Amino acid sequence: MFKLWQFGGGVHLDTHKTESTGRPLRDAGLPEHLILPLQQRGTSTAKPVVAPGERVLRGQLLARDENPLNPPIHASTSGIVKAIEDLPLPHPSGLPGPCLVIEVDGEDEGLAQEPMEDVRDLPVEELRRRIHEAGIVGLGGAAFPAAVKVDPGARRRIDTLVLNGAECEPYITCDDSLMRHYPDDVLGGAEILLHILGAERCLLGIEDDMPEAIAALEAAKASGGYERIEIVPVPAVYPTGGEKQLIKVLTGREVPAGGIPADAGIVCQNVGTAAAIHRALVHGESLTSRIVTVTGPGVRKPQNLMVRIGTPIAHLIAQCGGYTEHAQRLILGGPMMGLALPSDELPIIKAANCVLVAGSELVTGEKQALPCIRCGECATTCPVNLLPQQLYWYSRADNLDRAVEHHLADCIECGCCDFVCPSHIPLVQYFRAAKAQVTARQRERDKAAHAKTRFEFREQRKEREKLEKAESARRKKELLERVQNDAS
Amino acid sequence: MRFDTAPSPHLPPANSVSRLMLLVLLALVPGILMQWWQFGPGVLINIGIAVVVAELAEAAVLSLRRRPLKPFLSDGSAALTAVLLAVALPPLSPAWMTAFGTLFALIFGKHLYGGLGYNPFNPAMVGYAVLLISFPRHMTAWMPPADLLPQAPGFGDTLALIFQRENAPVFDGLAQATPLDTLKTQLGLARGVDEIQSVARIFDAIGGKGWQWVNLGYLAGGLWLLRRGLIGWQIPAGFLVTLFAAAMLGFLFDPALHPTPLFHLFSGATMLGAFFIATDPVSAATTPRGRLLYGAGIGLLVFVIRSWGGYPDGVAFAVLLLNLAAPAIDYYTQPRVYGHGS
Repeated sequence: MFKLWQFGGGVHLDTHKTESTGRPLRDAGLPEHLILPLQQRGTSTAKPVVAPGERVLRGQLLARDENPLNPPIHASTSGIVKAIEDLPLPHPSGLPGPCLVIEVDGEDEGLAQEPMEDVRDLPVEELRRRIHEAGIVGLGGAAFPAAVKVDPGARRRIDTLVLNGAECEPYITCDDSLMRHYPDDVLGGAEILLHILGAERCLLGIEDDMPEAIAALEAAKASGGYERIEIVPVPAVYPTGGEKQLIKVLTGREVPAGGIPADAGIVCQNVGTAAAIHRALVHGESLTSRIVTVTGPGVRKPQNLMVRIGTPIAHLIAQCGGYTEHAQRLILGGPMMGLALPSDELPIIKAANCVLVAGSELVTGEKQALPCIRCGECATTCPVNLLPQQLYWYSRADNLDRAVEHHLADCIECGCCDFVCPSHIPLVQYFRAAKAQVTARQRERDKAAHAKTRFEFREQRKEREKLEKAESARRKKELLERVQNDAS
Repeated sequence: MRFDTAPSPHLPPANSVSRLMLLVLLALVPGILMQWWQFGPGVLINIGIAVVVAELAEAAVLSLRRRPLKPFLSDGSAALTAVLLAVALPPLSPAWMTAFGTLFALIFGKHLYGGLGYNPFNPAMVGYAVLLISFPRHMTAWMPPADLLPQAPGFGDTLALIFQRENAPVFDGLAQATPLDTLKTQLGLARGVDEIQSVARIFDAIGGKGWQWVNLGYLAGGLWLLRRGLIGWQIPAGFLVTLFAAAMLGFLFDPALHPTPLFHLFSGATMLGAFFIATDPVSAATTPRGRLLYGAGIGLLVFVIRSWGGYPDGVAFAVLLLNLAAPAIDYYTQPRVYGHGS
């Protein structure tokens, strides 16, 4: 038996996984058009390398960026570049951002693929470069660039690769589906990652309520001889799939506060990311599609679909038999952390793992929040051991210093406290707002400090100039006096 | 298609305040039944008076404070305070006294501090302490358990006794000191515990006659609350273990001066206090370690007040004193956050 550790707290939720796993994985087909946002993380915008009117092929580079946090974007099928314009992004705000729109021609013609090589013959830098060039970001939901993550810096030694197959949010089964159907890609990707990182072992954490996926991985492991990879079933408790929680469960180590897993000798990747790395390095495929779970009581035939990045959500809903009369809320992600979207015209991005169409039983409505009764349930369930109740009081009182002192920054916004709060206080919203305030305040302070330094520097300079002036005047005077003395 | 947006989580909440309060009320039932069986129907009448007064007071104060009535009246917190106070009162307390205690608990103990969630002290214990200080004679005159009464008053007689003592039928030996009270008074007269227990008829195998059953009833309800995860184990465990340990030390030190630890656990308001009163979330400590300390502090104080204080039981004062300390306890017992060194 593999020794497992425990993180405190967490909640047991109704998983609702069988709705989507009851139907086979299939291709979502080609939509009429694709919408590809040019910003993936932060504010950096990729520059298009194609112009409107140009025909592009599947896998062709469309836009790139100097910023390593914004990996290149590729066409996910063939078609004509229709426009490069500001369109609403898949976010609750619906704020627009620059997007590249492709009119799909239905041919699905791809670029010729590069010939295969044994990746172990290539230098590690080259492998990282190829991961970046293939546009691979973390497919678990955060979309952090994979190439950046597998470059932990020379100072950190990585001994363990953790693969995250613990899909702990209710309803989401895209990783389950991936592991059932593409276990060789997952394990092959893990092997490549072990090679890049120079790590000794890989622990693949998978929730113990996915027996089919576990069996598929075990079979692939047996036939492929992946000896350094261990498939470890973990208890199905939300949020075991959180990076920090999974690392704790599998290794007993904690990611230091303010640090990254590499500080604990670990790199963690989602199983989907590992598979994408395998497809990219061994088969030469850029990241142009992913598995998306389309589920919930608001959709007629819940299932997992292989989806081209950029496909409008409406196309996926149509592929799943359309909406039911229950459809009330459109959520990108799971019920605990997912984002409610204003429209189904928004596209699937690389980070999109699930489209959940919630019905009235999931939508809490505008329940009136009662005062906190200090029951402490929030603290009991908090997976990082925070005191959400205290954070709530401090956030409400704008006492940011105390909130920071109580480790506001360590909140992972998993929603456990919110879910168990009997007073129905939207705790996570308070924490998000408080975090934003702390950031804004820090920015103000930085600005003020900068201005102060500049001011002091200017004062010093003025003082110095004054002294220099006085000095030169004195010298002149002395010289003059000497000349006069000599003359007399 | 267009949709409305809302922040996550998108799940119905797992719990609600009114459900919590209702379940705690339900857990009180075994103890109340025991009290009814051992001390007659007075407890039911007290509960009735207290609940009616509490709801009326809650409604009146809420409207004075211009707060919405419905969410707060339906939260069940006023009823719970009323019941907790009512079961702590002697079964034949005059109606005016129960009403006064309830009013004080609700108005001074709760709403003057801001209402639900804002009271630093346990409102029921505020009401109880005020009654104990103001009317000590009434408050320590408990009925003897049913099997020590020559003739137990029925429901109608109890009603009459509670509402108008002057015109009520006369019963023999209706008021008597409780076992804890008897012990305290007699120890003061330099008698030994053994001697007191063998003479007075109100002592039984482990606790006071009748009282041990009532304590078992509240223990059963409390264990059910624990099992359902409605209260944490820390406060009751801290309370009971500390009380037991302190009582054991006393008993080993001088059994003539200190009754057995089991007597402490199954007398007076021990179990009611450990599972239902000390665990009032609003006024208790909230961190896991803090709750253990908080419970332990109450347990220790209960033993100290019972052994050397001026009152026979001490649960109310112990709880109120630790209420005072709760914020400080919380501050110094913050748990180690993930990723921060030990």
